[in-house]
Amino acid sequence: MESMEKDGVRTSQGAQELERREITLSTLRQAVLNGLDSSIKTDQFLLNMGPQHPSTHGVLRVLLDLDGERIKKAVPDLGYLHRGTEKIAEYRTYNQIIPLTDRLDYVSAMANNYAFVRAVEKLLQLKVPERAEFIRTIVAEVQRIVNHLFWLGTQALDIGAMSVFFYTFREREVLLDLFEKICGARLTTNYYRVGGVEGDLQQDVIDALYTFVDTFEPHILEYNTLLEHNRIWLARTKHIAVITGEDAINFGLSGPTLRGSGVDYDLRKYEPYGAYDLVDWTVPVGQNGDIYDRYWIRIEEMRQSASIIRQCLDKLPQGPFMTDDHKVSFPPKGRVMHNMETLIHHFLLVVEGFKTPPGDTYCGTETPKGELGFYIVSDGSGKPYRMKIRAPSFVSMGAFDFMARGYMIADIVTIFGTYDIVMGECDR
Amino acid sequence: MHPVAESLRRRFPDAVTGSREALGDVTIYLRETGALDVFRALHDEEEFRYDYIVDVTSVDYPMDAERFEVVYILYSIPRRHRIMVKIRVSETHPVVDSIVSIWRGAEFMEREVYDMMGIQFRGHPDLRRILMPDDYDEGYPLRKDFPLVGKGWRDDFSFVPKYFENLPPLPEGRK
Repeated sequence: MESMEKDGVRTSQGAQELERREITLSTLRQAVLNGLDSSIKTDQFLLNMGPQHPSTHGVLRVLLDLDGERIKKAVPDLGYLHRGTEKIAEYRTYNQIIPLTDRLDYVSAMANNYAFVRAVEKLLQLKVPERAEFIRTIVAEVQRIVNHLFWLGTQALDIGAMSVFFYTFREREVLLDLFEKICGARLTTNYYRVGGVEGDLQQDVIDALYTFVDTFEPHILEYNTLLEHNRIWLARTKHIAVITGEDAINFGLSGPTLRGSGVDYDLRKYEPYGAYDLVDWTVPVGQNGDIYDRYWIRIEEMRQSASIIRQCLDKLPQGPFMTDDHKVSFPPKGRVMHNMETLIHHFLLVVEGFKTPPGDTYCGTETPKGELGFYIVSDGSGKPYRMKIRAPSFVSMGAFDFMARGYMIADIVTIFGTYDIVMGECDR
Repeated sequence: MHPVAESLRRRFPDAVTGSREALGDVTIYLRETGALDVFRALHDEEEFRYDYIVDVTSVDYPMDAERFEVVYILYSIPRRHRIMVKIRVSETHPVVDSIVSIWRGAEFMEREVYDMMGIQFRGHPDLRRILMPDDYDEGYPLRKDFPLVGKGWRDDFSFVPKYFENLPPLPEGRK
């Protein structure tokens, strides 16, 4: 079924013809390279790349051990963006930590908020109102589209296909404007709350979302026409950075990077949360585990996200968007201003935070980049005793050496791009 | 008791010290010696098949006799089940066996635990600091006795007021 859908993406006979020629070319090139191996003298070379390099998506340094132009070993050097989020979190109340999670992965802040509040809610065993669950699902999927558009633009830009960037950022801008309407910020959103969301979805936002998902499919085809027939782009993504499903699992990769290798692992399906089990959608899974398959998965995920958004908007129930459990949520402002006890209650929620029962829990959420998990240890106070962030980018960097070995030095930027890493999340 | 915990306890009576089920998570407590065999069984055997490494992390309990707790979070993709495995180690001998030979993804995770908490992993191929600078020698940042606001480069200047000087004593019970 997957291959059929995949063929559906290729729009013409011409593209298949191109691909056939491409395969012949790559075998030819390999033959030439093998023939040259003995005649051309290559040298061992140690090359430093980064931390200031435009394609590292942040500050990442890699030490490359080269044999000619081939990578023998690649050692990533992390930590240039280490801000000690986990340590700071031990000194903050749970509500104060939500804005910290925005700064982890600054291209998909909503998804990080969601991952964090879900972990705290699991610790509290808190039930979230139905409307809030739907709003969260919608906003998380909008964020997924924003993230994948950003990824598509920058990945093509890294390879040299500049025009895609302008097209994807056009749509991204529309969605970021919607974020601004929803919560007042475009990137560091701070929208999710433990027990619900900060504000309701207004009718104009709902209308705008409908308009967006109705007109999104032609845009995806537009990106495809820019890339699918581009021989340079195809040559630089097909059969590059191949990893088998077994290896990908062993390395703990997640998200599109894992699914590109044919592993059907998506937390939204495996452990449904939000409204994901109430709508109809599929998990796209690749076959070859190369950069092209991971690209295809992200394109397909955008289609699925648009479908999820439309279905959730159709089913959006009425009701509160924040829990009425006032051990966790703030009391209504009108009562705070007129009632002494409520004022004290509000004050205590602000300065001490709500208390969580002692214990520990791990809760993973499927963010656009993969499984973002929060392991929280609580000692019964209003602050976490220990908070560990399982960042998908960090885990992906663990497999970088394995996936880069044997490829050319020019492939390094595409391999960075294929993980969709953001160093803010990687170094935390 | 959860069937996985039950089965592990029967197979490895010396290594498994207990188990717990809370908030939907299954936790297995192990002794440091013999833990590697348990991990290998958890990964390889059909009954468990925990093939996916989610995370390796650690928690510091300064008041306890065995100060550090190393936490492993494993997931089984074929069985769709997640467990946590915990091992306690002491401050004087904070060493556990590395599981990189079983899950290669644990390499960076264990390096981070070493970097942040100072726990050593026996048999790790490349145990270096990962997020902090290689030559950092002021301790391990996520230990509870490591201050949140530390000494920085600025403190070397004589004309910059010192942060900790002339601070009023903290009221009782506040940290």
